[in-house]
Amino acid sequence: MSKEYKTLMTEIRLPYELAYGPVWTRFFEGMAEKKIFGTKCTKCGRILVPARSFCPRCFIDTDEWVEVAQTGTLTAWSYVNYRYYGMPTEPPFISALLRLDGTDVDFLHLIGGFDVSDFEKTRKMVKNGMRLKAVWSDDRKAHIMDLKYFKPA
Amino acid sequence: MGRPVGIIGVGQTKHGRRMDVAYPELVREAVLRVFEDSGLEPSDIDGVVSGTMPSMMEGVALTHFYFADAMQAVGKPILKTETCGSTGVSIAHTAYYWVASGMADVVLAVGHEKMNEGDAQATMTTVAEPFYQRYFIAGAPGVFSMQSQMWADRYGIPEAKIRDAAAHISVEHHNAAFENPYAHVKIRVTADDVKNSRVITYPVRLLDVCPTSDGACAMIFVSQNKAKKLGRKTAWVKGVGYRGEEYFFGDSDKGLWQGAVLAAKQAYDQAGIKNPRKDLDVAEVYNPFTFQEMLFYECFGFCEPGGAPDMVLKGTFDKKGQLPCDPSGGVLCTNPIGATGLIRVAEAVLQVTGKAGEHQIPKAKTAFSHAMGGVDQFNGVMIVGSEL
Ligand SMILES: [Zn+2]
Repeated sequence: MSKEYKTLMTEIRLPYELAYGPVWTRFFEGMAEKKIFGTKCTKCGRILVPARSFCPRCFIDTDEWVEVAQTGTLTAWSYVNYRYYGMPTEPPFISALLRLDGTDVDFLHLIGGFDVSDFEKTRKMVKNGMRLKAVWSDDRKAHIMDLKYFKPA
Repeated sequence: MGRPVGIIGVGQTKHGRRMDVAYPELVREAVLRVFEDSGLEPSDIDGVVSGTMPSMMEGVALTHFYFADAMQAVGKPILKTETCGSTGVSIAHTAYYWVASGMADVVLAVGHEKMNEGDAQATMTTVAEPFYQRYFIAGAPGVFSMQSQMWADRYGIPEAKIRDAAAHISVEHHNAAFENPYAHVKIRVTADDVKNSRVITYPVRLLDVCPTSDGACAMIFVSQNKAKKLGRKTAWVKGVGYRGEEYFFGDSDKGLWQGAVLAAKQAYDQAGIKNPRKDLDVAEVYNPFTFQEMLFYECFGFCEPGGAPDMVLKGTFDKKGQLPCDPSGGVLCTNPIGATGLIRVAEAVLQVTGKAGEHQIPKAKTAFSHAMGGVDQFNGVMIVGSEL
């Protein structure tokens, strides 16, 4: 066995104040009102969700606001059952990409509303193409987690 | 392309859990080896480029300053290139651009990471902004699992077949690592071990996933004139490609990943490669996850979309197959992330210069190397050859 050398236990903590700007602010205020907002690009015609200030492909301002559907179809999912420092969501959980009806990009969120503790049961339930519906928290804070998850519709 | 660029030296550390050395000592280990391998000295170097993952990985910002001594960069121009998982290939590109432009004749490129000193997944999650995506991406495994699941579903590949193919890749790479003196994980595994290992992020299991490694890699890029003067065995850069997509994970299709397709196409066009499976002799594909490796084979034109599992099971990409992939054991067995992409290039160089030792692919003349970075956002490719 090679010699064990000393290690230093250390930590960095830094406070930040991040600006939402007008578009994120309006998007998250929408969350508090149980609404999901997107913006429409007048050049490529795509409805982008979450809302954003410009189209990443056309590089023009997207100032046409659209309240999008709270139902959609599952594109891809992953069952997450491990942990790391500062993880913001409590595992196990199901990360999902879903296409909200009438929109043109996939929205990233969670699938829930049923017991996800047993992976084998979960796997039998969750299928790409399944229909999903938004479930809101009662205690909303203009935050992405005001939307608790999407449940099977 | 600019003027021709050669690579005349490779230095790697023994990769693994390296709590036996402080971080600058680890970097110096690779730098000493590249000088030994190339016969050059620090005074021969015109400029230094280095890179890592985000500073949160080891808790020290601007590590190219910290390692200026270990890289012998004092008194020279220094650059840092940082593109998350593709950092290593981006470092190689930066060194290439520097020499190809005519602004330098000899450039030292160094990639490094000490993942065991921090929390890798917590670090990688900071690549996602904290308003929206950070809640859902669950580190690298979460993202890559979703991508793999999308791919498998897209092409209707039965789960049993994918798991067989993933297990085949895992067994092949774990065996290969025994032939690479620098590889981290050296364990013998069976297909059943892989298929029965613990689920990390479905469909990905423990033995489908890369380790947490410490390591560094250094390479020296030179102009044609300098290579001629040195008269040493040289690998020549034949093609470079880099492409990306929008920042949000849901904004572009990851099932047939255009960033990967176009990065490879750019490099193929430069290198004159028409049929990658035939024209390439060996490939070092960035493969932290077995499932994702198959998706890459398809994006790089090694096989048809949806066709990778069948080809894998036929042995097409085995060490003795038509296009050997990751004969070094790949990222699956060694992943000090800031160095990992550069190790792919280094392994490609070792292959075309006949210096890969026990994992040498006989008569390899053209080799492909690749790395990917971000929340499934960017891909970089470098093709090297034995002839100018
Ligand atoms: Zn547009």
